[in-house]
Amino acid sequence: MATFKEFRNNVKPNWCPGCGDFSIQAAIQRAAANVGLEPEQLAVVSGIGCSGRISGYINAYGFHGIHGRALPIAQGVKLANRELTVIASGGDGDGFAIGMGHTVHAIRRNLNLTYIVMDNQIYGLTKGQTSPRSAEGFKTKSTPEGSIESTLSPLEIAMSAGATFVAQSFSSDLKQLTSLIEQGIKHEGFSLINVFSPCVTFNKINTYDWFKENIVNLEQFPDYDPTNRVAAMNKIMETNGMLTGLIYQNTARKSYEDLVAGFKQEGLAKQNVKITQDEFDKLVAEFK
Amino acid sequence: MISQLSWKIGGQQGEGVESTDRIFSTALNRLGYYLYGYRHFSSRIKGGHTNNKIRISTHPIRAISDDLDILVAFDQESIDLNAKELRSGGVIVADAKFNPTIPDGIDARLFAVPITAMAEELGTSLMKNMVASGASWALLGLPLEVFNKAVEEEFGRKGAAIVEKNIEAVKRGAEFVLEQAGGPLDEFKLEPADGKQKLFMIGNEAIGLGSIAAGCRLMSAYPITPASEIMEYLIKKLPKFGGTVVQTEDEIAAVTMAIGANYAGVRTMTASAGPGLALMMEAIGLAGMTETPLVIVNTQRGGPSTGLPTKQEQSDLNAMVYGTHGEIPKIVIAPATIEDCFYDTLESFNLAEQYQVPVILMTDLQLSLGKQSCEPLDYSKIDIKRGKLVTDVPALEGQSLFKRYEFTEDGVSPRVLPGEKGGLHHVTGVEHDEVGRPSENSVNRRQMMDKRLNKLNDMYIRDAVRADAPHENPDLLIIGMGSTGGTIDQARQTLAGEGVATNHVTIRQIHPFPTKLLKPYLQNAKKVIVIENNATAQLASQIKMNAGFAEKIESLLKYDGNPFLPSDVHKACKELIKDGHVQRV
Repeated sequence: MATFKEFRNNVKPNWCPGCGDFSIQAAIQRAAANVGLEPEQLAVVSGIGCSGRISGYINAYGFHGIHGRALPIAQGVKLANRELTVIASGGDGDGFAIGMGHTVHAIRRNLNLTYIVMDNQIYGLTKGQTSPRSAEGFKTKSTPEGSIESTLSPLEIAMSAGATFVAQSFSSDLKQLTSLIEQGIKHEGFSLINVFSPCVTFNKINTYDWFKENIVNLEQFPDYDPTNRVAAMNKIMETNGMLTGLIYQNTARKSYEDLVAGFKQEGLAKQNVKITQDEFDKLVAEFK
Repeated sequence: MISQLSWKIGGQQGEGVESTDRIFSTALNRLGYYLYGYRHFSSRIKGGHTNNKIRISTHPIRAISDDLDILVAFDQESIDLNAKELRSGGVIVADAKFNPTIPDGIDARLFAVPITAMAEELGTSLMKNMVASGASWALLGLPLEVFNKAVEEEFGRKGAAIVEKNIEAVKRGAEFVLEQAGGPLDEFKLEPADGKQKLFMIGNEAIGLGSIAAGCRLMSAYPITPASEIMEYLIKKLPKFGGTVVQTEDEIAAVTMAIGANYAGVRTMTASAGPGLALMMEAIGLAGMTETPLVIVNTQRGGPSTGLPTKQEQSDLNAMVYGTHGEIPKIVIAPATIEDCFYDTLESFNLAEQYQVPVILMTDLQLSLGKQSCEPLDYSKIDIKRGKLVTDVPALEGQSLFKRYEFTEDGVSPRVLPGEKGGLHHVTGVEHDEVGRPSENSVNRRQMMDKRLNKLNDMYIRDAVRADAPHENPDLLIIGMGSTGGTIDQARQTLAGEGVATNHVTIRQIHPFPTKLLKPYLQNAKKVIVIENNATAQLASQIKMNAGFAEKIESLLKYDGNPFLPSDVHKACKELIKDGHVQRV
């Protein structure tokens, strides 16, 4: 069985020292090993941005796509071979700005894959512009007078889009994050895990200390029931989206793969696709 | 007896024009006639004039005709708009309900049949299409049993009573008109067909069928005219073969999902028209850069922007050839016949994997939607070639990765699918090294660019340049692409009768441009005319740029939304021979 070390490779990430993304990388590696995967059974599909480089920093099959499109690529991979474990990953700009349309529809579609968003509330790779996750009034290179747009709440959007697994974590809490990724991988459907991942270079507001002060860990509420949709929505609103832990899970809804008519358990990529003369003749006969 | 005639039915959209046409042509197909259909429709669901025209022939035809023999009209508007096409002595079968009149200056015979009244007598005005088609079928003197069989198939699932009523409607329409006309019209008596039943389908169906035969098991697509029939066909069929169609949120998702699925090993396609193609451009670059096989069907329609969404055009050529930023290898194939739609689809999937490049299969609206006779399709031609796809590769040592982008002599590298133990590698749209890791090294950059861009050197598809070139030094070389070939051939027949020697070349490989194959034909011709449905002579530009001979190349361009008529082509060729240049249509 592979240990988390087998999911490491010898590439030095081009992230800044202290970047929250390092912990997310480690958590994915640990979670993959903990659920018993081998590197070749995992495909990590990522978008563009600092965080998008993650697919190259994990020893597995990695696909670094184009900005905002990690999810449709990842869904294509999963549809082609449902035997693979597929993790899609990217930043808050990737998933909640340019790729927001795909995020909502991937949630609705509910393919069995895990989407990890590395949320730093800013655009890092382009050197510090506002993101949909930036707070109102947040001053950046593109909002010198402070952001005048409201902050997007991905958790509320996910809930309203019919998400079957919604979680949030903080990159400093490696234990919780690893556990949530494991649960996300095991969840039979689409799992969204938003992770606060501080940008130490361009975001001087949402720092490690700031998160530690503002985060509400759901462990504080022993009676919290993550299968209760209304309670989940209330808790997100009560905490202004600053909660961490498993927020909502619906295990009743089947995954897309299980709902597609005639879809087999065996990966489509492994199936024989040559049609027989008889099958061909039947198809052709409809045009006579 | 005649060897061919043209029949048209017109009415308001949603009035049964489509179903009448379907039953009428199915019955003709059963008799073995060659058929070629043209749909005139608008971008709306109910209301608005619509008409379907079918050309019926005892020999192969691939063009709509200039004129019309029989017009079936559900309203006066259909007569007013279409009567001018009627040849002298043509026939109009119209609903007596609206007191049809023949427009001034039109020499035609009118049969006013109480179409609506008869249908209502039988219980519902919905059956008026059966009355009308029965009447026009009877005038042709064709066997009613064959027609009734087609009616039975159309309505069979609705129960025997409905079938019976519809057959009765056909009978009443037929009897009424025969009495008025004093029997079938001699001048419309068709010679018997060869009796060999052809396939009868639209290009989009041939592409759908071809993709299943090619082993395509996933399609991700967003609905758009005139491409949607491909996804609609596949969603009915793919589940039987273990696959499925995903209707995505947009075309960007459609193409990137297809890229992901192809990367993971399933032949996957998407299909769209101009607006969707425009949205796919960045992703096409990703497929080129990551050497991921990809098949995109682009069913061209009138552009730019929303343009003429239900009309004929061939104006996406430049977008397909040049589209995406940066430089990638890409194949653009233009089927020219309904049979091509099938065989080129097979080839597209093979080429995409053999060369690990995006392939765009380009049709135009008339080829995609015009229903026509298709020669039997050959099962033995189905040969799935997956190129350098490798399995059971040796285990990797230590931290090494599989050389997915290994430099090879032909530029094509071995490809493994995720899941393969010894195949770990990275894929990225960033410039990368042999194992797929990002690299900005300038030596590697040059090598990788050359590797990718040289993959298609000397690549030619089947019939890349299809020539019908009986003359060594023709007066005129006519060049076209897509659906225009049959129209050109018909004009050539007329020209031959007038002593003009023509050759005809259909360019089927649009990119990389088949310069070497085309040049000899250009060389030998006295004059060249390039015929295309766009305003800026995109195909002619490719020819001039790649092969030269600009001084003797003229263009015939049509961009009013309608396909070329044989007379358009004939007139332009005559002008060119006489005056040395061509007026735009």
